[in-house]
Amino acid sequence: MSPLKIKKGSTSHSAYNLRPNFSDVIERHTLAVLVENEPGVLARVIGLFSGRGYNIDSLTVAEVDHTGHLSRITIVTSGTPQVIEQIKAQLGRIVPVHEVHDLTVEGPSVERELAMFKVTGTGDKRVEALRLADIFRANVVDSTLETFVFEITGAPDKIDAFAELMRPLGLTDVARTGVAALPRGN
Amino acid sequence: MTRKMTGAKMIVQALIDQGVDTIFGYPGGAVLPIYDEVFQQNSIKHVLVRHEQGAVHAAEGYARSTGKPGVVLVTSGPGATNAVTGLTDALMDSIPLVVLTGQVPTFMIGSDAFQEADTVGITRPCTKHNWLVKETDKLSGVLHEAFHVATSGRPGPVLIDIPKDVQFATGTYTPKKPSVSHYQPPVKGDMDAIIELVEAIETAKRPVFYTGGGVINSGPAASQLLRELVEATGFPITSTLMGLGCYPASGDKWLGMLGMHGLYQANMAMHDCDLMINVGARFDDRITGVVDMFSPKSKKAHIDIDPSSINKIIRVDIPIIGDVGHVLEDLLKVWKSRGRKTNSEAMAKWWKKIDAWRSIDCLKFEQKGKIIKPQYALSRLEALTKKYDRYICTEVGQHQMWAAQYLDFEAPNRWMTSGGLGTMGYGFPASIGVQMAHPDALVINVAGEASWLMNMQEMGTAMQYGLPVKQFILNNERLGMVRQWQELLHGERYSQSWSESLPDFVKLAEAFGAKGILCSDPDDLDDAIMEMLTYDGPVIFDCLVEKHENCFPMIPSGKAHNDMMLAGVDTQGVIDAKGSVLV
Repeated sequence: MSPLKIKKGSTSHSAYNLRPNFSDVIERHTLAVLVENEPGVLARVIGLFSGRGYNIDSLTVAEVDHTGHLSRITIVTSGTPQVIEQIKAQLGRIVPVHEVHDLTVEGPSVERELAMFKVTGTGDKRVEALRLADIFRANVVDSTLETFVFEITGAPDKIDAFAELMRPLGLTDVARTGVAALPRGN
Repeated sequence: MTRKMTGAKMIVQALIDQGVDTIFGYPGGAVLPIYDEVFQQNSIKHVLVRHEQGAVHAAEGYARSTGKPGVVLVTSGPGATNAVTGLTDALMDSIPLVVLTGQVPTFMIGSDAFQEADTVGITRPCTKHNWLVKETDKLSGVLHEAFHVATSGRPGPVLIDIPKDVQFATGTYTPKKPSVSHYQPPVKGDMDAIIELVEAIETAKRPVFYTGGGVINSGPAASQLLRELVEATGFPITSTLMGLGCYPASGDKWLGMLGMHGLYQANMAMHDCDLMINVGARFDDRITGVVDMFSPKSKKAHIDIDPSSINKIIRVDIPIIGDVGHVLEDLLKVWKSRGRKTNSEAMAKWWKKIDAWRSIDCLKFEQKGKIIKPQYALSRLEALTKKYDRYICTEVGQHQMWAAQYLDFEAPNRWMTSGGLGTMGYGFPASIGVQMAHPDALVINVAGEASWLMNMQEMGTAMQYGLPVKQFILNNERLGMVRQWQELLHGERYSQSWSESLPDFVKLAEAFGAKGILCSDPDDLDDAIMEMLTYDGPVIFDCLVEKHENCFPMIPSGKAHNDMMLAGVDTQGVIDAKGSVLV
């Protein structure tokens, strides 16, 4: 386990000691929260963020261990280092929360998001959309004579970039899953 | 060991297995099966309150005066929503409660049924954890888990919502067993951090112990260890409102309470110290005042069982996450093994400085004329009840601060007050809970007339159970603290802050069959208090006091600890525009 991994209630592995100078710079952090998949657990997590005025930039949740009934919630949040520390400590306090990991400080991690884009158009624009989709390795998952639905997977900024390119080409609908993330290596 | 029984019977069985002797509640349609089981047993006393809010506050009083979890039983819908204030109060003050609510049958949930409310939804932010139990087989497990969660780590209220069909259905009862819960907050502090704190103690020139409710919650042993540590090191000690009693007020290291209405010497010591040792307190805004100016020169250590309390408001240098009792034990051991060192030369100088602050005598007042000063009333109450092992509850407002200032607490679990939430109407029902737990003790609720009226219906409860609770009302016919802030901040425009159409409290007491005492003359006060103390039954003591007395000392909003207002100062313009937005 990485020395920075914060287990519930731990002191010796706390990141407090490691970053003594709290700054006022807003940082973006990806948190992985393992929770017992019981009714209302997502409401507890979301209620914590709204009740204490924290930001949620993106959130994904699904059961990942069907026998142990554990769900993994991936939250992208932003705040000053002090606020980020508070968010982690507050999450750790929720009774059905088993583990809280800050993937942003616990070493390298990989982040992916899936998105679907519906692009409506004919003629050159339609051809151009298909060409760009190919460059971005987006798949066509539905097509009519006037529309495409592209499926694209990647880091959030890649998806943002693809969305910007599609906009002038007839982008009509977007669906994004939010970030799923895992630490790299062991 | 497992047995088949109905859900309702399981609930009573689980309470008995958990060692519960008293529950506070109010029946209704959705808890009738449980009440039927309560009727058919003699192990648990049920206290019928007059309002569900009263049940929760009474359970809080029971919990705070015994250290055991308080138990509440109320019905669905309004029963549950009326409990919300008490739940929030208990969450803010870390009081262990197990609240059982009835719910409409599972097949009617979501249909806007009669007396249906989304109880787990409503109470999610005001409980430590809550459960909706939809299967009778799971009920006993949840009940035992609830007691574990309420009392482990930082204590708090939990709620179990139980649909009526789950109460009727038969299932398997699992007895209490060693906890299998994954929820196991660590109680031992990190040894490296404890050694770091010992090193700081050895060299500190101007140290101060800043203690709080965590010491009380940790149990009487923690208070004992704290006393030993304070005596051995000779360091001065102050406490928050919540921690009064963890160190005896008669101890010579005692500086008195700190904070907004804390004592001058306590706040000055906090401001000027070079080592602050926070033991089970949480840097609440009533304590810190303006954060930027809070104790600028000190190294800060913080012992707390809740990791989220660390660095929440004040950045600390030595965080120690653990139970106060365990951490103090290790701390004492390490400090002793290293030779019990302190910087005695610097300490002598520090105490000289503190004694100079003490000599200001910030609580002095003059009782002259024929109108009772509230400070005088409490000083006399203190003098005349000193010899009792008494329990004090309060409501919220000026009287609460005066009680904290003028009454002395020698032992933990003797002081029940709503600190975090500031709930007017807390004290009277809390005093009922305390008296239920300690039937022979002297239990006094120091109240203001406005707060007291908020839960006065509980007179019926006090009478029904023969609880001799003494309601000591400092009646200034004002919402005193609101009035004081309006004087300081709002140009003396006293908007809605007086008590119009007050009842005759003596007649009110008599209407319930209790004793009423009216006192308006300082010369009669001692006799009247003695009459209250010797009467065997509930008393409403209507003490008419000075109407425009302000509560001092005070750190005005937006000011630092060393910028206190003392009694007798000009109150105009002391709070600037920036301070006035604070509460």
